[in-house]
Amino acid sequence: MAYDVTEDLDAFRAETREWLEANCPPSMRTPMKDNEIVWGGKSEKFPNPESRIWLERMGEKGWTAPEWPAAYGGGGLTKEQNRVLQEELRRIKARPALFSFGLWMFGPALLEFGNEEQKKRFLPDIVKGKTRWCQGYSEPGAGSDLAGLQTRCEDKGDHYLINGQKVWTSYADKADWIFCLVRTDTSVKHEGISFILFDMTSPGVEARPILLISGESPFCETFFTDVKVPKDQLVGRVNGGWEIAKRLLQFERSSISAGGFGGTGGSGILGPEEYAKIHVGTDSEGRIADGDLRGRIADHKMYAKAFNLTVQRQTEQAKAGQQVGHTASILKYGAAKMNQDRHELLIEALGSEALGWEGEGFDKSAMRATRGWLRSKGNSIEGGTSEINLNVIAKRVLGLKDHQ
Amino acid sequence: MSFVLTEDQEMLRDTAMAFARDELPLTHLRALRDKGANGHDPETRKKLAELGFFGVIIPEEPGGEHFGLVGLGQILEAQGRTLAATPLLQTALIAASAIQLGGSKAQQAEWLPKIAMGETTFALALDESAHFAPLNVATEAERNGQGYTLNGMKRFVPGGHDADMFIVVARTFGEAGDRHGITLFLVPRDAKGVTVQELKTVDSHGAAHVTFEDVIVGEGGVLGPVDEGSDVLEPVLDRAAIGQAAEMLGSSAAAFEMTLEYLQSRKQFGQLIGSFQSLQHRAAKMFTEMEMTRSCVAAALAAVDAGSGDVAELASLAKAKASELVHLVSNECVQMHGGIGMTDVADPGLYMKRARVQEAMYGGASWHRDRYARLNGF
Repeated sequence: MAYDVTEDLDAFRAETREWLEANCPPSMRTPMKDNEIVWGGKSEKFPNPESRIWLERMGEKGWTAPEWPAAYGGGGLTKEQNRVLQEELRRIKARPALFSFGLWMFGPALLEFGNEEQKKRFLPDIVKGKTRWCQGYSEPGAGSDLAGLQTRCEDKGDHYLINGQKVWTSYADKADWIFCLVRTDTSVKHEGISFILFDMTSPGVEARPILLISGESPFCETFFTDVKVPKDQLVGRVNGGWEIAKRLLQFERSSISAGGFGGTGGSGILGPEEYAKIHVGTDSEGRIADGDLRGRIADHKMYAKAFNLTVQRQTEQAKAGQQVGHTASILKYGAAKMNQDRHELLIEALGSEALGWEGEGFDKSAMRATRGWLRSKGNSIEGGTSEINLNVIAKRVLGLKDHQ
Repeated sequence: MSFVLTEDQEMLRDTAMAFARDELPLTHLRALRDKGANGHDPETRKKLAELGFFGVIIPEEPGGEHFGLVGLGQILEAQGRTLAATPLLQTALIAASAIQLGGSKAQQAEWLPKIAMGETTFALALDESAHFAPLNVATEAERNGQGYTLNGMKRFVPGGHDADMFIVVARTFGEAGDRHGITLFLVPRDAKGVTVQELKTVDSHGAAHVTFEDVIVGEGGVLGPVDEGSDVLEPVLDRAAIGQAAEMLGSSAAAFEMTLEYLQSRKQFGQLIGSFQSLQHRAAKMFTEMEMTRSCVAAALAAVDAGSGDVAELASLAKAKASELVHLVSNECVQMHGGIGMTDVADPGLYMKRARVQEAMYGGASWHRDRYARLNGF
């Protein structure tokens, strides 16, 4: 039996390789440029026309969501086949065809909690990158205490009526649809929350971008004034949204931390050890001349290595069917620390070169590092603060109790 | 690289965990300490031999199968949990590695079976100062008619008070600090001119200062290449650091579990102290560090078995991470136990005492951080 599986996989690999060879456009095999990331949806402009072709072809195969069932537009691949696909994509250095909150967060949750009609209606357009989704979670009064959210959702018989405000809604100004947590019962807390979907072009929806300490950002404030939502767009049962919300947060934390916040790669920024060698200098043996800084950079590099090995270990153990437990919070906590430490060291090593804001006289990648440093401060806040993640580890992993 | 144990390794791990729990609990170390045994424990040595733990990385036939360092790592982790004093790290790991990597056919044929059977124990006599510095070797080996004459002193040789044989790191050329000019020698404990000063150590495991005074070693006692002994010593020390890290991971895990249990049972202000957020967050951080260290140790063990090119880097990573972890966890173990943690009758102190010895062996966190930086070109 095992022999056959291997043989099938070999055949799958050969077919995949052939298909990718024929269908992955040349520029899609070059390193991603920041302005060529494809998020899909109606606002997508495809500055590189080959990225549209690549998305269409991958979407047609369902390979933007390789393990989702084919019935919902996914690739219908097994874990092993997907592993082969990813290996083959890496082999030709293919760019991801699509970046998408739908793929990373909403889709996996809908697969678990949505009804058949909802899955058929929403998942295929996520796979093809036709609909871009945003996440309506945080509110001005509900950050870490997310379940304190107050956006009202009233049952008006043949529809729901939504009033309230969300904040930190990434790309709300560019998204087509929103998956949103709303309050359907004000007399209880967690048990009064529902999970609902609606079109961002609905009358009464307004998104305003937020300017951050690091400059422009994808975050928005989003306002809902008497937004009418058809009743079949509520996922799960009324007042049963918190369970979905928590599950989706796990997907979110995993997708954030799997990439370690993506560092600041792809934008020509060197590592802190390289900047230190240039701007601080080296001794006769090639070591960074400032021994204290050198030690702290080494400490950070080791933390980063340990983090990456942990992601690798957990992936392998999960593949081998071993219980991995609540690792999302551990990785989210570690990823935030790692990325913040890295940026602090980057600007420390750059010295006054890191103190530019815009215009001439400063290296462009150094200015990106500076913006990245400011932006990284959000890593321990977004997607669950580090403190909340430590709470989750203490309570759910270690089994420590709340105050009685 | 694989982070998943084979079925055989899994069984070995289960056996080792059960053995440590049932036969070598903390009370065993405490009893040995209280009767002044200083780590001498011939009965345990016999049991370890019966279980085959001495021969885990030694194939029955040359080139044959064995459990690998990954297998031995499981045993060391298990003994680390209960702070067991055994000759496994020195003999089953260090000596077996040194003889496999540097030994002649005749030396391998003579010593490997004796190691595997638990008949002969070894100790690596390396350090000459209070800090790990593997090139800082002044112990002199001077050529004579039949071989070499050794003169010098080795400080804090782990397992040295209990070993039948020493692997002595000596200088045949140049001066202390030079990489070139180091040669390894196999010296029996009962050779003429060897003086062993037994040390009573803070962790109750014991150690020894060993003095070599005009000790004659024949050509057959040279282990590995003359003057280029560092070529053998360095990979052996990497393995030693990895093995030590595996043991430290076990000690950290056990001390952490003990602490967690206390947090879940001790009450103050009418509350379990584990419900206080300041303690919850510290416990969560320790657990996070432990998960990361576990990945580093597993990767380093697997890299040795796979013969990867990054063993040195992973060894330094694993030893530094494990040193920081056991330091943190043992301190927190005492602190979170409060007053009881300061008493001799409670166990946290045993973990803290052992931790400082584990940290110092084969390079502490700062030594390995420095090396990691050098290996990465800064």
